[in-house]
This record gives sequence, structure tokens and C-alpha cells, in this order.
Amino acid sequence: MATSKRTTMAVDAAKATTQKLYKSGVDIKGELFRAVLLLSIIVAVGMLGSLIAYVIWRGWDRLDWNLFVNNPSSIFLDTAGFAPAIVGTIYVMLGVLVTVVPIGVSAAIYLEEYADRTRWYNRLVEVNIQNLAAVPSIVFGILGLAFVVRGWLNLGFVAFAGSLTLAMMVLPTVIIASREAIRAVPPLIRQASYGLGATRWQTIRHNVLPAATPGIITGTILAMSRAIGETAPLLLVGATTFVLFTPESPFEGAYSAIPVQIFQWAARPQDEFRILAAAGAIVLLVLLLAMNSVAIWIRARLTKDT
Amino acid sequence: MTTVESDNAIAASLHRTEARWGERVIAAWMFLAALVAVVITAGIVLALIGPTIQFFQEVSVTRFFSTEPWAPNFKPDGFGVLRLVTGTLAIVLYSCVIALPAGLAAALYMNEYASTRARKILKPVLEVLEGVPTVVYGLFAVFFVGPLLQRFWPESIPGKFGETPGFQFVLAAGLVLGIMIIPTVASVAQDAMAAIPRGLREAAYGLGSTRMQVATKVVVPSALSGIMAGFVLGLSRAVGETMVVLMAAGAVASLSLWPNDPVLTMTAYIGRTSTGDISTGSTAYFTVFAVGALLFVITLIINLISIRLVNKFREAYE
Amino acid sequence: MTPKKKGSSAKEQDPAMVRVDRSADAGKVDQSTPLVPIIRTEDLSVSYGDFQAVEDVNLDFGKNEITALIGPSGCGKSTVLRSLNRMNDLIPTARVSGSVHYHGADLYSEKIDPIQVRRHIGMVFQKPNPFPKSIYDNIAYGPRVTDMKVDNMDDHVEQTLRRAALWDEVKDKLKNSAIGLSGGQQQRLCIARAIATNPDVLLMDEPCSALDPVATLRIEELMIELRENYSIIIVTHNMQQAARVSDRTAFFTVSIDEDSGDRTGRLVEFGATSHIFIDPSDKRTEDYISGRFG
Repeated sequence: MATSKRTTMAVDAAKATTQKLYKSGVDIKGELFRAVLLLSIIVAVGMLGSLIAYVIWRGWDRLDWNLFVNNPSSIFLDTAGFAPAIVGTIYVMLGVLVTVVPIGVSAAIYLEEYADRTRWYNRLVEVNIQNLAAVPSIVFGILGLAFVVRGWLNLGFVAFAGSLTLAMMVLPTVIIASREAIRAVPPLIRQASYGLGATRWQTIRHNVLPAATPGIITGTILAMSRAIGETAPLLLVGATTFVLFTPESPFEGAYSAIPVQIFQWAARPQDEFRILAAAGAIVLLVLLLAMNSVAIWIRARLTKDT
Repeated sequence: MTTVESDNAIAASLHRTEARWGERVIAAWMFLAALVAVVITAGIVLALIGPTIQFFQEVSVTRFFSTEPWAPNFKPDGFGVLRLVTGTLAIVLYSCVIALPAGLAAALYMNEYASTRARKILKPVLEVLEGVPTVVYGLFAVFFVGPLLQRFWPESIPGKFGETPGFQFVLAAGLVLGIMIIPTVASVAQDAMAAIPRGLREAAYGLGSTRMQVATKVVVPSALSGIMAGFVLGLSRAVGETMVVLMAAGAVASLSLWPNDPVLTMTAYIGRTSTGDISTGSTAYFTVFAVGALLFVITLIINLISIRLVNKFREAYE
Repeated sequence: MTPKKKGSSAKEQDPAMVRVDRSADAGKVDQSTPLVPIIRTEDLSVSYGDFQAVEDVNLDFGKNEITALIGPSGCGKSTVLRSLNRMNDLIPTARVSGSVHYHGADLYSEKIDPIQVRRHIGMVFQKPNPFPKSIYDNIAYGPRVTDMKVDNMDDHVEQTLRRAALWDEVKDKLKNSAIGLSGGQQQRLCIARAIATNPDVLLMDEPCSALDPVATLRIEELMIELRENYSIIIVTHNMQQAARVSDRTAFFTVSIDEDSGDRTGRLVEFGATSHIFIDPSDKRTEDYISGRFG
């Protein structure tokens, strides 16, 4: 059925051509079409370029050492920094890393190596992951507020509460990327291992995981870079107050995070704060660019090898 | 008939003697890890449902789903969530007008026109575009795009449209949000285009089609369900995005779709309210959960449609 | 021990010579030679979901013999092969009925551990599939995962590679990646890897279909050598190969149900290879072998 439909489409395309068989010269319509397609990419790339130019132009003057080592201040605007937010982001991201990687990779292994896809509960898990990947980030903030900050875990407004909230948010990203990496391992390798009398876990540990590791690392970095720039859920789980001092640990004390600090500064009317916000944005962008570059580099090396 | 050669030692060694507890524990752990996704979804539903029920004990459903003024924190109060829904709709409208066609065009260009080298440059660029934190897009929208639009606003047009917008307004947020979700739309659409069998495309070229004919008459129709999935996913992101609208779209729960009006969306309301001081257990506190529940239901419906479409295009060519 | 000597000298010989040399001792059995079964299937049927792949197979596989499974595509010969060491267990939809007897145990009984089965009945696959590890680690993998008692792994690797007639070619690059070997060497490495765990049966699923004729001859020669110590069951599409190496041949075909159009594999005929190829009892076998069908 489908084939005949596809064939019809191919034939239609060809018919349109044969009618113009004797026309010569440039295909104006085709070139115009190509230009329109290209334009949309140019607009997107141009917007990215002007965004970067804007934050650099606005924030460049405050991109100094004070920014990294000083605490925020509403009095000494020229030397104010966001050291507590940097420490807060480090706490939050470490927490995300240690929770999301073991769970995400294990879930991916289960779905690819253990799960019988015909079972209803495995399909339920799959649909859940696909759906969670597109749940608005602020909804995770509500979840974190209800069950991590208060409720079952009752951690209070501490950095680790932010970690768990963001970990839940990026879990699908890690699972999906790890599954793709695991799926790319040739089935022949697994068969060879099973054929030698290896158990499932031996096969996974000695053959599947080593081959899938670069892909898993890439996916994890991309997930972490998504978490590091996320603001909305953190607004609900505590990273909101104007934090003047570095939190003592991930488990106690009020915390902030770089994107939340940028939001705080941007919301203030004084121009100095807006400049600070732009300077913070540069830091965040450089950090993300570095993380993305590493991920892309690993992926490029990976595709070259195979 | 001869009997099969028999060796009791070997036969015994074939039996399940090792319990392999390690294997079982690992398998159980893997399964539990996969279940976490289900637990999170259940957690979201549980987190939303209790406070939402409490909210509806204090405010009637008809008041909630109405266009009465949105003022949960004031006296006299008002809970007309349709004003927030309208705000979200306005944002979705202006962002999707940009993101959907541009996302499709970007996917088509990447898949049908770009050389391997161009693709190698463009794909990371689109990924970076997707990776820029939303708070930075928010900064850009409110302090750069907004003022720029204000300066060049076509005031010569008579009527409502000709009025120069204020500090925060729909178009600035919608425009930036639209650019922000181009990569989302493009990457899903391009996945679907890449899944089209080579033979189909080659058949069309073999019959003498031009690139444009192949793109519009073969690629787009064949990848339609994937393109639709990209559109729907882009829509879902526009509905759920918080920071850009929180920073650039304003705080007025107006019933307006005009590009030069400020609006308050569902997400911006949740973000704005939770940043301020709000006493736990008050009606205004429960409002956050009620709006969150509505937001979750809306995006859930959109996502399920998108998941169906994605699975459809995956099945079609596997 | 004669085959071993022949194996080491074969390298210097012209492949054509090898062929002549080998055909003399291939097919060492005839119809009257008694069969000492090492594996017996009884009413073996395998289905994948609703699809009945193969039905009611009753076969004896001889000890220290090479048994070839031949037949047209879709006749279920690979399915039968994979059910002998429970590789079909890895396909969730696969269902097996009937029994497979091996050393007094029914391999499909509840008490049997499929992992133990695979440690006794090794397998070589259609495409060479060495692990992306060193040659040494490929050989050592099986003994390591099965906790085999090996006094000295270096010696064991050497012994195994010698038995697979690969030692001289790889002894200087044991730490190199197996991926760097030629296709034929990779497949012989896979055979070596399979015998490193000391199985007594080797299953080979079209082991030469991805190899050139010279590499194929080397593998065939190796199989005849290995027959001394192992019982080998091979699936092949290559009639000449079956005729050259096997002692006994089982011919399968596809039967199509006239009402439903369902295709199911069935065993047609089993006997000494010389008998099957020269004087088959069944018309379908004769048609297939003479090339009129399949």
C-alpha cells in the first residue's frame, strides 16, 4: 500500500519535470526556494550571533575577577560578584551528576538489554520517558517543591533539593542518549558473548558498556549542560532569595545558582545590575560552549572510529 | 535405535546450580531504575492533585474557567484562568508563526541541500542555539529585542496596532521564543526526513526531478508525520517555556492577542508567584498548583499526540 | 594425529591441492556406519510469535562427526541450530517445544541453565564477530567469564590458537586488536574463541558465507581437523561445502500450507552425506541438490 503511494509521489515529481523539458536557463523557482530555506537558517544563526554580541557588548566591562570572587551586594555595585551562585551551581550540578548518571544509565540498560518490549509495563515505562522529556520544566519545580523541599523528603530549601529537582528533569535526556549509544553496539557482539556462555551482566559489563561509553558520556554532558542553564524549576525549590554568602554545603544553607542570579539581577531597575546580568550570561555561555564542544568532540571521534 | 551418549557429570553440570544472585540483584536494580520514570510521573500527578482539589473546594470550577479578572492575591479576588490561557495562546501564536516554518525550512535545507561540510557546521550551531539557557534568551528579549521593536514600531498604522508597546509585550517574547524553538522543530523533522529510504529519493531524481520537486513532492509528504511531530513538540515547548515570557512578556493578565500588549502566561504566573513571598496554605498558594495542573494536562495531551506521530514515522520505515 | 600434521603443512600448499587432499577423508561415514548420537532432537518445533519457523524435527547428531544442515532459505535450518544451545532464548518471542537430549539431559527442561548449555555447546556465527579487544583477550574471554580452571592463561591461549591453526599467524601480535585481522583470520579466531572453553559440540551458522574461497578452504580444513575432538554441526548454503566436509547431511525444506499460506520448515531427509548427494531417497532432496529448486 505505502509503496504505491510513494511511487505515485515520485512519478508526480517526475511528471512536473518532463513538462519543462525544453525550457532552458536557470531554474528561478528552484533557486528562490533554496534561498528561502537558507534564509530561515541565516535568521536563526543571525539571532544567535546578535545575542552573543549583545551580552558581550553589555557585560564585557564587568567581566573581571571581582565577578568570580565577590559576594553580591546592593551597595558596592562596581565590585559585586556572584561567588555564592558559582558555588551553588557547582553543588547543584554535582548532585545532579551523582544521581542522574547511575539511574539514567541503568534504566537505559534495562530498556535495551533486559526489557521484553511486548510487555505492557515496559511500554508504559517507554511512554513515560517520552512524555517526561517534554513536560515543562516549571512543573518539575512544583514536583520538587511538593516532595523534595517539603513532603516526603523534606530537605528544605537547600542545594541538594535543587539537584534532585533538576535530576528528575534531565533523567529522560540521559536515558534516551544512553539507549541510543547502547543500541549502536552491534548485536553480533552480544551473540558472540552469549554464545560463549557469558551471562547477561557479563555481556553488558565486558562488551556493551565499553562500546557505549563515549555515547553515554556525550549524552550526559548534554544533559548536564541543559541542567546548568535551567532557571524556572529552581525558582520554586529555593534558589530565589538574595543569597549574600556561600552556602555551607549542598545539604544546608540557602543557595543560589548562576542562571537564577542572572534573573535576579535582570529584574532590578538599576543599569549596573543589568550589566552584571549580561556579564553573568557571558560566563554561563562560555561554560556551556565548553561543555558542548567536549560533547561534540567526543561524538566526532566516535563516528570516526566506526 | 542407539541411545544418546550419556555422561552424568556433564548432565549434572547443565543444571541450575548457581543461583547467580549477583545477576538477579543487578537485573532488579536496572528495572527499579527504569521505574523511576513512572514514579516521577506519578509524583507530578500526586503533587498537583491534592492542592488542586483543595483549590476547587474554595473556588468554583466555573469561576476558574472564566474570563473574570486574574487576581488571586487581591481583594476582591478573581480566578479567571482563561486570561492566563489567552496569554499562553498569544505567546504560542507569535512564536510558532516563526518557529514552525523556519524549523521545517531549516530541516529541509539541512537534509536536502546542505553539503556534508555545511551540515557539519550547521548542526552544532543549531545545537548551540538549542543549548543557550532560557534566562539568557530572556535577557536578550527584554533588553535588546524589545527596545529595538519599540524604536521601529510602525506607529503610522492607525488603530490599536499602531500603538508603541511598553517595556514588556507579547511580540518581543514570542519572537525570541520562536527562534529558540527552531532547533527543536528542525531536529525532529530532520530525523524523519533522514529516515526516508534513499531509494525513494533516488527514484525521483532518476526520473529527472529537480531538488525542489524532490523536497516538496517526495520528502515533505513522506516525512509528514515526523514533521507534524516536530511541530507539535515545538508547540509544547512554547506552551511550557517560563523564563523568556516571565522576563519579557509582562505581568498583566489581559485578554488580548495583540502583539503590542503585555500578557501573563500560565508558566509566568507560576514562576512569578513562587519567587515572591506567598504564605503556604492560602488560596493564592493553591492557585499555583491549580494552574500547574492545567498546564500539565495541556502539555500531556500535546505530548501524547507528538509521541504517536513520532512512533508512526518510526514504524513506517523500519 | 594425522589431521594436525596436515593442517600445519597446508599453508605451503596450493589451495587446489588441499582440496584434493581433503576430499579423500571427508565423508568418512557411509549409510552403514553406526551413528553414536551426542545430541538428539525429538519433535523439536520452534515458533516466533505466530510464525511457526520449523516443525517436528527428529534428528541425531553424531559424536565426532560433521553434520551439515542444508536447504532453501526459510527452511528453519538456522533456527534448529540455534535451538541446540538455547540461543533462541535471547529472542523474547521464540517458543520451543519438543526436546533436545544431550548427555542424558533434556536441554529444555526447567532444571537446565541455558548459560551452562552454551558453555558446553559453542557457536560460530555467519559474520566474523571478534570482540573489539586484543586477540589474546578474545581467546581469554570465554575462560574468564565461565570461571574455567586454567593453570596458565598464556599457555591456554597459545594451545587454543594452535588447535585453531592460527598461532603462527598471530603469535607476534597477540596484544593487537582482533579487528585488524583479515576476514578469514577473524573467523578462525572466532572458532578458536569458541573452543577456548573446551566445549564438546561446535555449532557453525554459515561460517564461510562472508569469506572468499581461499579463506573458506582454510576453515573447511580446520573443521575436518577439529572433528577429531569435537562434534560439529554446520548450517550452509553451499552444496559443495556440505559435500566436501560433512559426514552426514540433513535436508530441510519449506512447506507451504495450501489454505493459510503459512510457511513452515520441515526436515525431509537425513543420512550419510555420500548417500544424500549421490542417491537421495526423496525427490525434493534430489531436485534441490541438482539445482532444480531452491
